[in-house]
Amino acid sequence: MPSVSALETRHSHGLDQFCASLEQRSGLSILDLAGASQATVSFVTGYGHRLYSDDFLHQLDQGFGDGDFYENQSSPSRVAKFLDAVLSFPDENFDGVLVWDALQFLSPPLLQTVVARLHRVLRPGSCLLAVFHAEERVETIPTYFFRVSDHQTIQLAPRGRRRPSQFFNNRNLEKLFQDFQSVKFFLTRDHLREVIVRR
Amino acid sequence: MWNRRREEEQTPKPISAPPTSSELAKEGIPMSTLPGRSSESHHDAPRGGNAVVGKSVIVKGQIFSREDLTIDGEVEGTVELQEHRLTVGPNGKVMASVKAREIVVLGTIHGNVETTDKLDIRKDAKLVGDIKTARIVIEDGAYFKGNIDIVKAEAPKSAAAPKPQPVASATEAPKPAAAAPKPQPVASATAANPSISPVSSALAAGAGDAKR
Repeated sequence: MPSVSALETRHSHGLDQFCASLEQRSGLSILDLAGASQATVSFVTGYGHRLYSDDFLHQLDQGFGDGDFYENQSSPSRVAKFLDAVLSFPDENFDGVLVWDALQFLSPPLLQTVVARLHRVLRPGSCLLAVFHAEERVETIPTYFFRVSDHQTIQLAPRGRRRPSQFFNNRNLEKLFQDFQSVKFFLTRDHLREVIVRR
Repeated sequence: MWNRRREEEQTPKPISAPPTSSELAKEGIPMSTLPGRSSESHHDAPRGGNAVVGKSVIVKGQIFSREDLTIDGEVEGTVELQEHRLTVGPNGKVMASVKAREIVVLGTIHGNVETTDKLDIRKDAKLVGDIKTARIVIEDGAYFKGNIDIVKAEAPKSAAAPKPQPVASATEAPKPAAAAPKPQPVASATAANPSISPVSSALAAGAGDAKR
């Protein structure tokens, strides 16, 4: 794990928008797929919300990491097991989902399935925050543990580099989230495209 | 024939036969292989008076304890320490729902966890299950999957208030009360007879199997 000094801190408009929907009432259920961290737990529960935490990338590695990562994602049995482990929630169970950078490492068919599941588990009107790398001329992209410091500050703890399944532009993303009510983009100076999607 | 039966009764049981809970209470069979060493590695685990399930011990059943408990072996079932601290050591594997005042996890827990005070998930620990706690600490490097529900701690009662009965008056009432045998008889036995070892008093109230 990275030391505290290795943490990067950055301002996030996307998070700011996401948190705006949390401040209106308490007792909401939030799904965080970045892996549990003290900062995020304290932040979310500080509002009086419940937090469901899981490490999506860790689960991806568990499910598809042995052998060809993307080839394995086409195995129906592996996909079923993975979805069961990560996204088996009742419909409309959450009032917000923090997906962070995880969707970039899903092959297109699995990506569609996961986004459809996320749509199902979100309550109407609630938000999803995802992050996509915007620089296309690279083979691998950095991945992070994302932690929420406050309503507009994220701490990023490096967790190595990975080859993304595909790169996304605004049009791709609109198509990916076409079943959602709205999609909003924030392009940051460090080649990250933050996306806020409203169910 | 009658003599033979008497002989059978007097014959010591084989070592592999799991002791019953009453035997544990009576004989005080030590569950820990190295009771002292286990707490040495956890700098904030209390020394002395701490029951220990050693790393070569497997318990299947229910554990009730009225003192702090360290689990460095394997436990499957339920673990309940009403007003005390549970430490799951680095070698500890707990496949159980767990209730305690305070829980420190250095090993693995698969099951729902409920504390009335604090849950501390240390580096390299693994917890899969839903959490209900008043306070939580998660160190970097810990793995957690599940729901976190922060329950506001109850307001402290006045000092003049009568001390609640150990079992019936847990800060948070155990949910499936029917499933849990009440540990009162053993608790009183422990209080009356301090010679009973800490571990036996922790386990006597309902441990199913204990294997070595």
